[in-house]
Amino acid sequence: MTTEAIAPPSTKSQVLRSFDVADFPALNGLEEEWRFTPLKRLRDLVTATSLTGAAPSREYGDLPAGVTVSDADDVDPVLTPFDRVSALAYGSAAGVTVIEVAAEAEPAEAAVIRLVGKGGDAAAARTFVKVGNFAKATIVLAQTGSVTLADNIEVVVGDSAQLTFVTLAEWDRDAVQAQHVKLRVGKDARVQHVQVTLGGDLVRQFTSVEYTGRGGDAELWGLYFADAGQHQEHRQLVDHSVPDCRSHVAYRGALQGASAHTVWVGDVLIRAAATGTDTYEINRNLILTDGARADSVPNLEIETGEVAGAGHASATGRFDDEQLFYLMARGIPEAEARKLVVRGFFAELINKIPVGELRERLGDAIEARLVEAGS
Amino acid sequence: MSTLEIRDLQVSVKLPEGELKPILAGVDLTVKAGETHAIMGPNGSGKSTLAYSIAGHPKYEITGGSVTLDGVDVLELSVDERARAGLFLAMQYPVEVPGVSVANFLRTAKTAIDGEAPKLRTWAGELRGAMEKLQMDPAFAQRNVNEGFSGGEKKRHEIMQLELLKPKIAILDETDSGLDIDALRVVSEGVNRVRETGETGFLLITHYTRILRYIKPDFVHVFVGGKIVEEGGPELAERLEAEGYEKFLTRA
Repeated sequence: MTTEAIAPPSTKSQVLRSFDVADFPALNGLEEEWRFTPLKRLRDLVTATSLTGAAPSREYGDLPAGVTVSDADDVDPVLTPFDRVSALAYGSAAGVTVIEVAAEAEPAEAAVIRLVGKGGDAAAARTFVKVGNFAKATIVLAQTGSVTLADNIEVVVGDSAQLTFVTLAEWDRDAVQAQHVKLRVGKDARVQHVQVTLGGDLVRQFTSVEYTGRGGDAELWGLYFADAGQHQEHRQLVDHSVPDCRSHVAYRGALQGASAHTVWVGDVLIRAAATGTDTYEINRNLILTDGARADSVPNLEIETGEVAGAGHASATGRFDDEQLFYLMARGIPEAEARKLVVRGFFAELINKIPVGELRERLGDAIEARLVEAGS
Repeated sequence: MSTLEIRDLQVSVKLPEGELKPILAGVDLTVKAGETHAIMGPNGSGKSTLAYSIAGHPKYEITGGSVTLDGVDVLELSVDERARAGLFLAMQYPVEVPGVSVANFLRTAKTAIDGEAPKLRTWAGELRGAMEKLQMDPAFAQRNVNEGFSGGEKKRHEIMQLELLKPKIAILDETDSGLDIDALRVVSEGVNRVRETGETGFLLITHYTRILRYIKPDFVHVFVGGKIVEEGGPELAERLEAEGYEKFLTRA
């Protein structure tokens, strides 16, 4: 009899990490991380070893006091790429857009920065967001236009800082994006990331989280809506390596139309040192019409028994006919009843966005999608 | 004055395998505005099928007979059209609608029924008044429809809709189920307020006579085996209270 514990293989903590695209084997679509992604539709992002197209142009109006946007040749990386496309983006990005919130600053307004794709060859981009200690800010990155883009966004949230980070993928219908968002959460810091994906032909967004001190809190909220032919993929890797941190991942999607496809893969890793971790992840999908497909895979890897909480859930369902009947029995026409239900489905997520105007616009955009499809 | 006429109504429930199981075996009933009809019967007699098939629930298929409201063929109308024509169904198990507030739901329903949005100036007061009368906390308006409601809250919410939407014919499906005595009184008072206007006809579906102590019916119909087997005045309810349904079951 042996008392030695045999640890199960810890896949997520042992993945290959490199800044050099050449270190990663060519993709063939059979890899676990890529098995849901239609690689051909990623165009040059799969095969290229460098990208030379023009990155989306950066546009913004007046920024609130305490927030600055600047260009840098390089910044110490927070993310070490762990997939080929992310490494490709890293190596090809011509410079870095740096968005900085000064320590202790508490801008009254959200900083809204638009990234506008102008089409053309496949491009790479890198954005670095730095929120100083004790700062409290809301940053909105609105991505529109047409692109074939591989990009990395690195976010450092300083100790005791609070960041609400809203990223909107409202790309044109022909756009292709493979994005990596890395959140580094400081001691007692709090980040709420709201990731909204409405546009694009193929949008694949990988969000990873790490903590640098106790008391870090990361909430990842996702909202996506896929129409006929669209592929929207969201993956997360929350790496709990520090004790007493919290994560909450909640993604919701609606799908309508032939071969609308969404993928959600949520990985949470609680390492042996991360005692007192509190984590929960949930994905819900609402399938509005036949012919749409939602894949949903929650994964939880736990190396310590001393956690405060660890759970996951996933539910994918069709439109609830009983809800529809209830609303219609009150005189509400079917199309309007459907709008109410779908708006309600997303209400919790939309309400996480602390910008009223944006909340309203997203609610309207979702309704418009329902009307267009005539569902 | 509105009249709902149900003639020889035959209804089957659609089973998951697509088969039809007959439930209603020819129902005749006339309900006029100002009248209150109690439909009483044992479980499984088809009382709820009557309620839901009149409202147009897709689970049921009409296999014969007719339902008209003031001469209009109700069975030809969609669910929402029936409601806009003046039919109202207070449900036994009201459905949760996550993310949709009571206030938003009620305003949307009121707009649909009236054909125009309620006046901003008066609507807030009307809503508050309706909630007060049913002893509901003002914070209730901001909660999501039926989400996390207690049994009593769900039924009060149904009756609040009855008061706000002012239908021509209201069908109350086991509104008394799951209510304690205080909630039953509050809900019954709400129903009685609408009855007093004389402009709504009621079809009160119940298993027990308890609610009939608060809402006095003009007519009582005993429902067994998918049809009406006995009719009478309020005294029939008292007989049922004393004797139960056994006698009717053996006859049916």
